[in-house]
Amino acid sequence: MIVSEAAEEILEALWISYEEEKHETLSLSELRTAPEIHILKELLEAKIIEHPEKDKIKLTEKGLHHARDAVRRHRLAERLLTDELAVKSSLIHDTACKFEHHLHKGIDSNVCTLLGHPKFCPHGKPIPPGNCCKEESKSALPAVSKLSTLGHGQDGHIAYLHTLDPKRAQMLISMGVVPGAPIKLLASFPSYLFKLGEGQYAVDSSIAGEIYVRLG
Amino acid sequence: MDTVKNAADKKILLVGQPNVGKSVIFGCLTGRYVTVSNYPGTTVEVSRGRAKIGQNNCEIIDTPGLYSIFPITEEENVTLRLIENESPDVIVQVIDAKNLERMLPLTFQLMLSNLPLVLVLNMFDETLASGMTIDTALLSEILQIPVIATVAITSQGIGQLNKIIEEKLKSRLKPAPASFPKFSYDAMKNWYDKARGITDRAVKKRDSGRKLTRLDQMLISPLFGFPILALVLYFGLYQFVGVFGAGTVVDFLEGGFEKYINPALANLANSYIPWPVFNSLFVGEYGIFTLGIRYAVAIILPIVSLFFLVFAIIEDSGYLPRLSFLLDRSFKKIGLSGRAVIPMILGLGCDTMATMVTRTLPTSRERIIATLLLSLCIPCSAQIGVILGLLSATPIVLLAWLAIIILIFVVIGAILAKVMPGDKPTFIIEIPPLRFPQLSNILKKTFARMKWYFGEIVPLFVAASILIWLCQLTGFFNLMTGALSYPLYLMGLPAKAAPVFIFGFFRRDYGAAGLYDMHKEHLFTNNQLLIAVVVLTLFLPCITQFLITIKERGIKQGIGISAFVLAVAFGVGMLLNFIFNYSGIIL
Repeated sequence: MIVSEAAEEILEALWISYEEEKHETLSLSELRTAPEIHILKELLEAKIIEHPEKDKIKLTEKGLHHARDAVRRHRLAERLLTDELAVKSSLIHDTACKFEHHLHKGIDSNVCTLLGHPKFCPHGKPIPPGNCCKEESKSALPAVSKLSTLGHGQDGHIAYLHTLDPKRAQMLISMGVVPGAPIKLLASFPSYLFKLGEGQYAVDSSIAGEIYVRLG
Repeated sequence: MDTVKNAADKKILLVGQPNVGKSVIFGCLTGRYVTVSNYPGTTVEVSRGRAKIGQNNCEIIDTPGLYSIFPITEEENVTLRLIENESPDVIVQVIDAKNLERMLPLTFQLMLSNLPLVLVLNMFDETLASGMTIDTALLSEILQIPVIATVAITSQGIGQLNKIIEEKLKSRLKPAPASFPKFSYDAMKNWYDKARGITDRAVKKRDSGRKLTRLDQMLISPLFGFPILALVLYFGLYQFVGVFGAGTVVDFLEGGFEKYINPALANLANSYIPWPVFNSLFVGEYGIFTLGIRYAVAIILPIVSLFFLVFAIIEDSGYLPRLSFLLDRSFKKIGLSGRAVIPMILGLGCDTMATMVTRTLPTSRERIIATLLLSLCIPCSAQIGVILGLLSATPIVLLAWLAIIILIFVVIGAILAKVMPGDKPTFIIEIPPLRFPQLSNILKKTFARMKWYFGEIVPLFVAASILIWLCQLTGFFNLMTGALSYPLYLMGLPAKAAPVFIFGFFRRDYGAAGLYDMHKEHLFTNNQLLIAVVVLTLFLPCITQFLITIKERGIKQGIGISAFVLAVAFGVGMLLNFIFNYSGIIL
């Protein structure tokens, strides 16, 4: 079933509240924009959401899957817009809302593979893994890996940085650790040593775990 | 402050990332008139020198390392403030030519200031050796600024740099400097993309780049790295600074003082200063000459200068960043990162200087832990020298001392790592290529540090002598010695050792040297000797380190750290005495 853009917004809000804030129900007033009645009706009829008490809604078992997929598509879209299309960060959310709507079945896994099965959106929130990610983790060489999981002498290009500390991200970027830069792991014990361009840097395991490298 | 007669009419700022050779270029451009002073309100040092370029009297300013115009460290802040407030006539950006692509973004950022910019591609020889050629003419055309290739260490290209600066200075119009924008990821990405595009055009041939040499691999592997560290410490510190410096050189100089200078001065004083009170100020037991100057010149100076020599060699070879790679994991256990290796090793030379260097650590949590451990556990070279001399006849005491100090370092560090609030430290450091140190550079560095040290300590030694003399005269000294006698009794030490600890505060080594004198008179058993040496090592840092700690950490933390150190020092002393008494161990 394909739901409207506005309905996807509601599902995402419900999933985030359920998965990340551990609230089963969500009152309608907590949504970003007040939903239209006919959209709620549509979701209720499709048994995607329930209406346990007044002004509150919650996801059904079936709805949980839909919502999870919607969140996945949204965050993948954000990743795509940031990493590949260099869209300004202030525009990311709204563009992603429109974009995700077109990432239905099959297309999302293509995008996910293209991006190297990213684990986090640009805001640091986890991207729910799809089937493509599960298959990927079984195969020997994932397209994008943490620097800390590379073997000696493996090289590639920096895919993205995942750090929740903006100061640290700024520091890494100022030192030249930027997406696209060629990188090679030279040593991994007792600390991590990598080559970046012509320079060499030593980092600890926490920073090495925040640098994601696209191999090859 | 600056006392150069003719005021400079032009200002030139040297800017660039760390480890690109700014200071060497600075040395090439300037002559003898160099002053080093703290930037107002900070502890960051800025060097200023004079140079005549064409008809212009120029002031050249060597700025602290800058990665980008979005400052994170205090050093970066100072450099940005210099760019904004000094209204320079020319900015010379120095980059490591090998890393052109990574350093060009800073060039674009500096262009935003609207100030005339000159780009220096330094270490051009290393670039060529690595199989890379850079078309500087094309680069200059693309960037629309002069680009000069240099090898600063052998002064190649400096003449050309002078000419270009002279030309830049000819333009009368001084453009209004613009201020820098806020950090933006998008702008950064643009600059990096631009840098990549330009290097693709201007860099002719690219090799696979620097690989790990066999020596590199050995230095950073625990299997070889730790034995190498042990060898460096054994030969560099123990044999060269300890045995040769504190033994041979000190004996020679002290012998000279005791045989010739002191008696001569005593005679001189006796015939010209008949009043015994003033006589003792100069040549008495704690006199300015007999104690202050003798300690400073005959004991401390040779030890410290030899250490600075060794440290300069270690520093210039690129060993220290590799050591921090090796030790980061272990240092995390005591709440520090691999970066703290540098102040800790420097602390083995001079804790005061090392305490100043702690400000290069990124978080205040690390700075507090490092400062505290420096105050408590790290003996400075002068102290090590005297302690090694003191304990050389009793190796078992020496080993016990070493084991106890290391144990306390680890235990206190681990406790601090647990209880100190704040984020866990992170570690990132650039590893420069291994280089063969240049003799001229080493001597220059050693000399500059000796000058700093000597200028700092001789007045303090003199002041300490005067203070002790005053305290003796007024009876305050006896009061303090009396107050110390009970804690000393608890530690099983003779009351006669009290002055040693009081001197210890004026300079740690001063105290250790006092201990040395006492030991020569056979006043201690081996047990007592160990307790005295351990307590003195842990005891309050010398007065300069105490003052620097307060300056760097603020009065509250400074006093807090000192109180803690004092408590631990006496606590450990009493504990050792207790253990000795109950176990009946006799060393």
